[in-house]
Amino acid sequence: MKKGTLRQILLLTDGCSNKGENPASVAALAFQQGITVNVIGILDHDESEESHGLQEVEDIALSGGGVSQIVYSEALPQTVQMVTKQAMNQTLQGFVNKELQQILGQNQTMEDLEPETRGEIIEVVEDLGETTDLEVLILLDTSASMHHKLEMVKEALIDLSISLSARVGKNRFSIYSFPGKRKDIQKVLDWTPKLESISSVFPKITSGGITPTGPALREAMYQFGKKSLLRSFRNDDEPDIEEASY
Amino acid sequence: MTTNRILKKQVTSLKPGTVIQGKFKGNRYTVKGKLGEGAIGAVYLCQGKRQSCALKISEKQTSIVLEVNVLKSLEQVRGNRLGPALLDVDDWVAPNGRTFSFYVMEYVQGMGMRQFFQKHGTSWLGPVMLQLLDDLALLHDSGWVFGDLKVDNLMVSENPPRIRWVDVGGMTQIGRSIKEYTEFYDRGYWGLGTRRAEPSYDLFSVVMVFLDLFYPKQFPRPPKGRAKYLYKRIDQVRALQVYAPVLKKAIVGKYPSANDMKRELRHVLLKQKDNNDGKTLENFGLIEALWIFLVSIFSFVMSIFIG
Repeated sequence: MKKGTLRQILLLTDGCSNKGENPASVAALAFQQGITVNVIGILDHDESEESHGLQEVEDIALSGGGVSQIVYSEALPQTVQMVTKQAMNQTLQGFVNKELQQILGQNQTMEDLEPETRGEIIEVVEDLGETTDLEVLILLDTSASMHHKLEMVKEALIDLSISLSARVGKNRFSIYSFPGKRKDIQKVLDWTPKLESISSVFPKITSGGITPTGPALREAMYQFGKKSLLRSFRNDDEPDIEEASY
Repeated sequence: MTTNRILKKQVTSLKPGTVIQGKFKGNRYTVKGKLGEGAIGAVYLCQGKRQSCALKISEKQTSIVLEVNVLKSLEQVRGNRLGPALLDVDDWVAPNGRTFSFYVMEYVQGMGMRQFFQKHGTSWLGPVMLQLLDDLALLHDSGWVFGDLKVDNLMVSENPPRIRWVDVGGMTQIGRSIKEYTEFYDRGYWGLGTRRAEPSYDLFSVVMVFLDLFYPKQFPRPPKGRAKYLYKRIDQVRALQVYAPVLKKAIVGKYPSANDMKRELRHVLLKQKDNNDGKTLENFGLIEALWIFLVSIFSFVMSIFIG
């Protein structure tokens, strides 16, 4: 049996969008296309966790079917890998729950099962999480206020690569930053299995006060589309199971 | 996330006297006090029907189920002394209608590692290290890696002193990616290996556990030359000097199994004994041998002359 690929956008930002469409509604659209949107809000030490821009962080992840977390930059490495893995399991568990409902009836969820039975199902989810292929597009806010946080972001992404490359399943990463020079997003690194070489290509800070999170998310979503399209041209004898199963 | 934070707070602040009753099996546990809390929920000392027990409760149902799965497979390992015994698994519907998952395990009485070595002295370092490696060898043989091995997850019970594991949340099947880790103890963080679950992953953490005992504030990670940096840290601790060659090999993943490390450690421990109180004995033996040699030569020469 060929297993599917999980697709995620990981948005790293430190505040509020101020240009273009609502990022939460774009995230909802992405989620419908089978792409999960995770958001990590990076705090400065003088900011509190209740800060205004961070409500948006939660909203985007919620409508994007993903996980959100708000952290100070030192905790970034641990958080990035945890959020990515949690989101994978959440997505997989969603599929399993749907299947369960078909077997057990509409109103049955995992919580209604005896702990023993639940254990066996969760084991299956774990197995899938370890072996399924994963594509993560990292969407990085490079507006001026992110300036002193980028070094830690780099560390965190290398760390993410270390964590995920220990999995049995295959990984592919790509990095985009926003705002771009003339476009909404700027390609930093094309799809690649490892992130260890990012030091040399790491984006520079773009000046200016605009943060077009919504349009950037939309563009990011299309980056998966292009690739799937390309692939389906290459193997037209093989139906695109990945699309069909998720 | 906001709601998650509230749920977590709720589960980590249960008052003594709270009764937790299982939704499926109906067993009742009365909270006596909190033993600790971590990334996943909190552990309470509870009074069960017959005995005191430790109860771990969390809003993260999946994580609890995964830990229970690990405890169950540990029970099948020979001797069943790896990790605490699992007594019960269930859900609890709190008075406010929220459902939490919990499991109940044997209450391991003991003290933290720091406290233990302060009380009993560093002569116990070797024996405790050997015990830990013994248990890890058994665990690895059954297909698991400890993962999140750190001072906080270990305990020493007394009479006789025996190392015990208190948290199995990071245990990972060999060949998979490490489920849970703590940066300081993680070889991936130090750039000295992968995060794939294999015996050498735990052996790196073993060294960091013993380093941590002597550097309670731990130490930062330098940008380069990390292995050498850790070597230096080992060398700076006098109590670890005897074990230094073994510890250094474990840092760079030279031991494929816990048994390999144990063998060399035991060798070092026995040799240490020779060095301390064996010195005079050794010299005495040499002089004695010399005398015997001279006497025999003398008698040999004499016998020629007489003959």
